[in-house]
Amino acid sequence: MLRKQRVSFSNNAGLKKIQNRNSGTRNKDTVIACWKQQPTHSADMAGGKGRGIAAFSFNIESLGLSRGNMPQTREGPNKLYPDVEFKPVPLKEGEDEDYMLALKQEIRGTMRLLPHNIKPLAGKGDVERYKERYQRQNMLDEEWTPDWQLFPKELMPQKKKLNVKPVGAKKKPIKVSSKEKADVLSKLDELEKKDVKSDEEKEEKKTTEEGEEEEIEGEELEEEELEEENDYIASYFEDGDDFGAGSDENMDEGATY
Amino acid sequence: MTEEPMRGNRRSFRHLPQNSTNSDVGPPAYQRGWSANIPSCNAQLFGKINLPVSAEIRCVVALAITCVWDSEVVLRGFSRNSFHDLKGCFAKHMTAQEVRLCGLLLQEHFGEVVERIGTHLLRGGAQNLRTIANETNTPLDLVKKSLCVLVQHGACEFGSGRRGPGSPVEYRASCERVLRVLRYPRYIYTAKTLYGDTGELIVEEVLQRGHMTMSNTVKTVADRLTHNMEEGRSMEYSEVVSAFSKLVETHFLQRCPPVAEMGTAATSTTPATPSTPAAPASTSPPTAESNPDCYKLPHVTLIGRGKRRRSSDDSEEQRGGKKAKMDSESCGDEGIYWLVNFERFHQHFRDQAIISAVASKLDQTSSEIVRTMLRMSEVTTTQTAAYTQPLSANEIFRSLPPNYSISRPILDQYLSLLVDDPMEFVGKSGDSGGGMYVVNLQRALANLARATLESVVQERFGSRSARIFRLLLRKRHLEQKQVEDFAMIPAKEAKDMLYTLLSENLVQLQEIPKTPDHAPSRTFYLYTVNQLPTARLLLQHCYKTVANLIERRLFETKENKRLLEKSQRIEAILASLQASGAEPEQLTEVEEMITAPERQQLEALRHHINKLDSTENQVDETVFLLESYIFSTKTKRERGREGGEPGG
Repeated sequence: MLRKQRVSFSNNAGLKKIQNRNSGTRNKDTVIACWKQQPTHSADMAGGKGRGIAAFSFNIESLGLSRGNMPQTREGPNKLYPDVEFKPVPLKEGEDEDYMLALKQEIRGTMRLLPHNIKPLAGKGDVERYKERYQRQNMLDEEWTPDWQLFPKELMPQKKKLNVKPVGAKKKPIKVSSKEKADVLSKLDELEKKDVKSDEEKEEKKTTEEGEEEEIEGEELEEEELEEENDYIASYFEDGDDFGAGSDENMDEGATY
Repeated sequence: MTEEPMRGNRRSFRHLPQNSTNSDVGPPAYQRGWSANIPSCNAQLFGKINLPVSAEIRCVVALAITCVWDSEVVLRGFSRNSFHDLKGCFAKHMTAQEVRLCGLLLQEHFGEVVERIGTHLLRGGAQNLRTIANETNTPLDLVKKSLCVLVQHGACEFGSGRRGPGSPVEYRASCERVLRVLRYPRYIYTAKTLYGDTGELIVEEVLQRGHMTMSNTVKTVADRLTHNMEEGRSMEYSEVVSAFSKLVETHFLQRCPPVAEMGTAATSTTPATPSTPAAPASTSPPTAESNPDCYKLPHVTLIGRGKRRRSSDDSEEQRGGKKAKMDSESCGDEGIYWLVNFERFHQHFRDQAIISAVASKLDQTSSEIVRTMLRMSEVTTTQTAAYTQPLSANEIFRSLPPNYSISRPILDQYLSLLVDDPMEFVGKSGDSGGGMYVVNLQRALANLARATLESVVQERFGSRSARIFRLLLRKRHLEQKQVEDFAMIPAKEAKDMLYTLLSENLVQLQEIPKTPDHAPSRTFYLYTVNQLPTARLLLQHCYKTVANLIERRLFETKENKRLLEKSQRIEAILASLQASGAEPEQLTEVEEMITAPERQQLEALRHHINKLDSTENQVDETVFLLESYIFSTKTKRERGREGGEPGG
């Protein structure tokens, strides 16, 4: 009885085969029949042929596949540079393209030299390299002052002093006098400033990181400006101030802090 | 579900009720116009949440809401008040490829620091100064400088923070604007073809500096032109001024939008929202177009000639000139800055594309007719119009260029040919005045984009795959068997090609179930191609391509850095020797410092780099086409949405 019930779910064809094959002892029949029925169970739900063979739950034909020609199984990830069956179309050639190519390269080169191109703060070497002098000559308009009307106020470089002048005006007096580039004097100045600054830093209550950065920046800017000939520089960079702090400030800054 | 039982060979799915409860029926969610609804739902969702501004959290939430399109991660920015609701260039979603490309472009043109800040802003949406400095570990100084540079070039905008006028200023970068950098050569070259060398230099200067005053531009350009002229001649300022005014008249240059004061009453520049004196800056920031003086030249008289730069005391004169500028010469146009109007250039490119398409499909005369029509409707067509204003055949006849004198009946024949053409460039909108004709801009763009897609498939997968692709574009949904029949390709190969296209995501599979339980044996599987999502996919591929090209170029340069430096040094030495008048033997001796194999290597390197650069330019043309198409459909959908559903 039990077997009959189970049999009713399965395929008739499968059952007949079982009955034909297992005409032996009853016990074996039940066992084997039970075992054999289970595949047919799932095979029916899998489309009717089953019996342990790979079966799909949908109609293969509708996708255009058939038992005979199944697509190849993947053997691993795709190649990093897959084979290209069709070579790409060659580029357009012509004077338009050549001109635009030249323009592109020119733009790239020029924009590297503009002040818009902001260099990361490179640690200054102890000796100014020879080539830096020539590279600096190439910089077009080393400083650039945005029109603060169009920019939020907080982007202006902060000054400790009361009169908040834009960067460019401050730089003017320094630049004009820096026509003579005395490398030796500049080196001396920088060394001197380093001493003064390291004193200052101990007294400042700012974070060391910010202070250092601004100090290095101050030094870098100084270097860009190409120092004056006198030892007493009109403007030092205080910690916490970025650019040209008051030109009327004297050099003994140790006293103010 | 109320559906009729399947009968016989009915393959169409039209019998299925449109309002089925099963969400699988119908196009998948990400194709259904989800992308059109995203900004509004994004705004609704984020508008009410006051999430902490951590980039990671934002990413996670954004991913949960959005769909992952082709494994591209779509990052979202917040949308709080209307400052963040900017449409147009400050699109809220940027893909990873776009951000990567923007990063590379920023690095090439503005340096690493700006690149770091820029990519951080692009990924993270609107942030204020302190957040940026902390999260990128950059000193505050450099952050300020970089933000200045970005704002100067229009790549970044600032506005009052989320919590109202009192909160710190927030900055937001624009991916689209940064991607424009790729197109600079094309803009400059177009200016050259239209307005000569002077126009070219003007546009180049303004592009390089972000925005400039007219007087500055005129002086710089005059100096540059003088530098290139022979000795003794110099360029008059007036010539440069006339070129400048021509550029402004034809709207290629426009004034910078005035900056709305933060925390005070918004300046009355937005015509849409009448500003009340007490309203904070919550109206959308004024675009350049909203300024009524957008294209008005300032009244300045610039008299003078360009100065020739002597190479010896180069820097001196520069600094001296700059000093003079700073001190006294205020030409009366302070505060009026001009920038390049990219949209106008894009209109020009689009017109060029349409005209050349007509020329290649039909003939030269028809392209001249279309060119005339477009020229006549330049000023009357808005940027997002679907078609130009109707023009009567009489007007067209009168405005044809004189060297194309065709008779009136011939013109009518050409016009009817254009109207009947399947590309649908020109449409007929009426019969008065000898026939009213319009140029279907949107449809032309769609057809151009479709041609691009078909061409891509053809070049990558062969002409038979392209046939299948075109078939699916036209017939929308087809079964496997039907594809084989219509394309006349044997079953095995058709299947192969379809699966290749499917794996590349150029073709999608659509399931149409016959029974509610979606039994796979009783479901239709239809292949389909949707033009808009496929165009988006290809656009992302293009961005990835350009980024790869740039990286390869940087790699090549880095590999041969030593050699390049050596050659530069030798060139510098040669130049200085020549300037100081050396003998030929010395010159050859210096030249021989580069050995022959090194020369070859240098030559190969130059060739590679030129090829890579040229490829970038040409990929950008495809990018432009696809971007224009996608943008035009966006406006179409918005227009439809506004018109159809008042609720939104």
